[in-house]
Amino acid sequence: MSGTYLGMPAFPEAAREAVANTTLRGNLRHATHTIRAKRAKAVNEVSDWAGLREAGKRIKDHTLRHLDRYLIQLEESVTAAGGVVHWAADAAEANEIVTRLVKTTGESEVVKVKSMATQEIGLNEALRDAGISAYETDLAELIVQLGGDRPSHILVPAIHRNRGEIRDIFRSEMGEWGRPAPDGLTDTPAELAEAARLHLREKFLRAKVGISGANFMVAETGTLVVVESEGNGRMCLTLPETLISVVGIEKIVPTWRDLEVFLQTLPRSSTAERMNPYTSTWTGTTDGDGPGTFHLVLLDNGRTDTLADEVGRQALRCIRCSACLNVCPVYERAGGHAYGSVYPGPIGAILSPQLRGTGSEIDASLPYASSLCGACYEVCPVAIDIPEVLVHLRERVVEGGEVTRQGNKVVLRPAKGHAAERAAMRAARWALTHPGALRTGQRAASRTRRFHPRSLPGPGRAWSGTRELPPVPAEPFRDWWQRTRGGKGGAK
Amino acid sequence: MSSRERILGRVRRALADTAGDDVPYERAVPRDYLREHGDRSASQTVDLLAENLADYRAVVHRTDGEGLAGLIAALLDKRGSASVLVPPGLDPSWLARTAVTRVADRAESTPHELDEVDSVVTACAVAIAETGTIVLDGSHDQGRRRITLVPDHHICVVRVPSQVVSSVPQGLERLDPARPLTWISGPSATSDIELDRVEGVHGPRTLEVILVSGD
Amino acid sequence: MRVALFLTCVNDTLYPDTGRAVVKLLTRLGVDVDFPMAQTCCGQAHYNTGYRHEAEPLARHFSDVFREYEAIVTPSGSCGAMVRELYPRMGERARAEGRGDTLAATLAPVVPKTYELTEFLVDVLGVTDVGAWYPHTVTYHPTCHGLRGLGLGDRPRRLLKAVKGLELVELPGADECCGFGGTFALKNPDVSAAMGADKVRNAESTGAQVLCAADNSCLMHIGGTMARLRTGMRPVHIAEILASTEEEPAV
Repeated sequence: MSGTYLGMPAFPEAAREAVANTTLRGNLRHATHTIRAKRAKAVNEVSDWAGLREAGKRIKDHTLRHLDRYLIQLEESVTAAGGVVHWAADAAEANEIVTRLVKTTGESEVVKVKSMATQEIGLNEALRDAGISAYETDLAELIVQLGGDRPSHILVPAIHRNRGEIRDIFRSEMGEWGRPAPDGLTDTPAELAEAARLHLREKFLRAKVGISGANFMVAETGTLVVVESEGNGRMCLTLPETLISVVGIEKIVPTWRDLEVFLQTLPRSSTAERMNPYTSTWTGTTDGDGPGTFHLVLLDNGRTDTLADEVGRQALRCIRCSACLNVCPVYERAGGHAYGSVYPGPIGAILSPQLRGTGSEIDASLPYASSLCGACYEVCPVAIDIPEVLVHLRERVVEGGEVTRQGNKVVLRPAKGHAAERAAMRAARWALTHPGALRTGQRAASRTRRFHPRSLPGPGRAWSGTRELPPVPAEPFRDWWQRTRGGKGGAK
Repeated sequence: MSSRERILGRVRRALADTAGDDVPYERAVPRDYLREHGDRSASQTVDLLAENLADYRAVVHRTDGEGLAGLIAALLDKRGSASVLVPPGLDPSWLARTAVTRVADRAESTPHELDEVDSVVTACAVAIAETGTIVLDGSHDQGRRRITLVPDHHICVVRVPSQVVSSVPQGLERLDPARPLTWISGPSATSDIELDRVEGVHGPRTLEVILVSGD
Repeated sequence: MRVALFLTCVNDTLYPDTGRAVVKLLTRLGVDVDFPMAQTCCGQAHYNTGYRHEAEPLARHFSDVFREYEAIVTPSGSCGAMVRELYPRMGERARAEGRGDTLAATLAPVVPKTYELTEFLVDVLGVTDVGAWYPHTVTYHPTCHGLRGLGLGDRPRRLLKAVKGLELVELPGADECCGFGGTFALKNPDVSAAMGADKVRNAESTGAQVLCAADNSCLMHIGGTMARLRTGMRPVHIAEILASTEEEPAV
């Protein structure tokens, strides 16, 4: 089931279940609050954070604005360094390319570095259908894979699991996939990490094909960068004979120097560290060191459609740090699965409806999965104004309009299910541009206030199910003002 | 049409609204951030490196050229290592005082064979004080990437102060992107269980850094 | 100085006491306040729900009503942020849609002279001690659009700290959203209610009698949650605290 989000219910329904799940809420609250304080400390340690943030934003904006040029430059430099570049317009094409490349090696298993892009395209499922076993090697991805689960966080896909649950999954599932969990495994994080080390080591040592994504690709040099913690990335990037990297086209930066910005902002935003334990960079192939064959698959899959949206394109600046998830009060309560995508949280709420379109129930509901509190924008290391994009996407849902899908301009019709709301908004706009009408309504409300019910029927129950309604005053302010001129004119 | 042409065409159409905007790269990106944080002397920078390495659970030792071979021998002995991987260009004097079996990294040696070796000793390309990072670039005194990955114990020698820079921007300036680089900040770790950091997953679980002075 | 009170449609309809408090407070500080009767709504609910085009006539109406005043004061962080942050953006979007500069030009005059109440007091009038008296224990919830949108910073706290008799206690998790979020409260009621309940529990843990904020929309949600959870705490708008004096105490 992992990687499958078809037919997901809309966000509010999925979130309702999550809110009621007290274990899940406890797990998420504990984890997000732990990392919030640490991130703030790591960021406050550097006095020039605002400058780094602005530079990161501008590097990405500049690159996106000239993306065609930088893609061609990257292709040339990767090729010159001994790599082979492939282009994939969508998920199916990317999966086809990777499957073919693996088959050419004659291997039937691959080891994988954690990669959002390969999750997005459902690569593991495609490989499985072709008879190839793909082993996730990041600890959290392993937990998700062994548990037959879906990822719920960008950085820590198993954030919804606590240590006890992880121990249970390791005990019952590891043996099915390879080396079983050690006898007497407890739930201490160090023992769990050790169990993963032993389980995966045999897979690393015999692997002939590694599959990765990349955090950055440097156009001028053809260098790819993977930022990680555990060393599973290094294993997959250096031990196999063949390396296949599937990377979104928006991951380019123009120059080697640009890394000086992101290698400072990414670790501090992500794991709240000054620097993550391991960063690997490679440029094509190196004789005698690491894979002798390197393939780079450049992935579009909705990115150029996103790029076509003047307001929404800023989402492509994202460096997948997940700081926005960790501060988001909605994510903290709804959990990652409710977002129905490998990209959960605030960034997911603006990325998924752009990459996939707003056609499905879940995608049309995501722009509303936010109270617009702005905490996400505040922590974003590339200054993506997530609330701005959310509101923009809401507009697309209710008003429709011109969008780009698979490279073609199409005109969307307003989404179904918003007709009553649209009528109410229009009526309200009419009343509010006619002060007399507003006043008539206010007076009617005041005059009938004794007859107002304490809870509302129909859609109003969404409010009064958990909250009291405010009492309506005897008269609106404007009537008091007109009578008294603010206390100056008449009776107080 | 190839997918390459299709994607490039989509990109160009998507950017139609920005046609007039052609600010060159040099002017598009403000660099209003610091080249380094704080103003430190060379020896203070080395101290900061030591502090930050230790903060992320690397074990830091300091010695001079005279004491290096003895220190390495003592560390291997304390660890109980029976074998040590040796990059092809490692200064032979560094291992002059130890009797531990030296294992050369041969092109044909398999990962399984590397897994049997207890320790590895290497030099480094540069070290970054502000982040507590050492960078390996695959030079002959550091060897191929795999030799510092598979063994569970890595001893890395940093020449101070010459190999130490303050910051990430300064570190990048010294490095050659054409080489395969490994940036190491403490031993392998994970935050995957309840977002809490635990040391020791797939990479070497013990990282010892020797700051050797007097160069 | 000709100062207009932009009370907001929610306050006008549901919270006239807040409006009376602002008038009383500003009058006491020597400000000549006017309430333009033609005012209605800034369009925030429309805009944030995705009906930007329906919000445009409301924004133009706002500008027509308020443009001649020297300052426009509002006791709402979110409505203040709507005018200051989002009116310029509405102008930009209209331009990007090929509708020229008309909307931007119409809205431009009101943007820089719109102030949230605590901003107006501290920055324009230059006062933090407004001569208030309020003998209660109070905890302060900084609402999101005031905190992150307008950057009100410590202005509300400085004003509260200068109030005689008032004991200000820190609210744990103060910066976290209360869960109101306009139509969010209706579209995602379960998450909204969970956020509200957590906010109320944090407020209760302070032992304060009063939870104060500078936005009645958030207080409507927090107060409604408090009443349902039967906490005994009261939500009070900061204007009502600052207007309270020994001679004329707020109840």
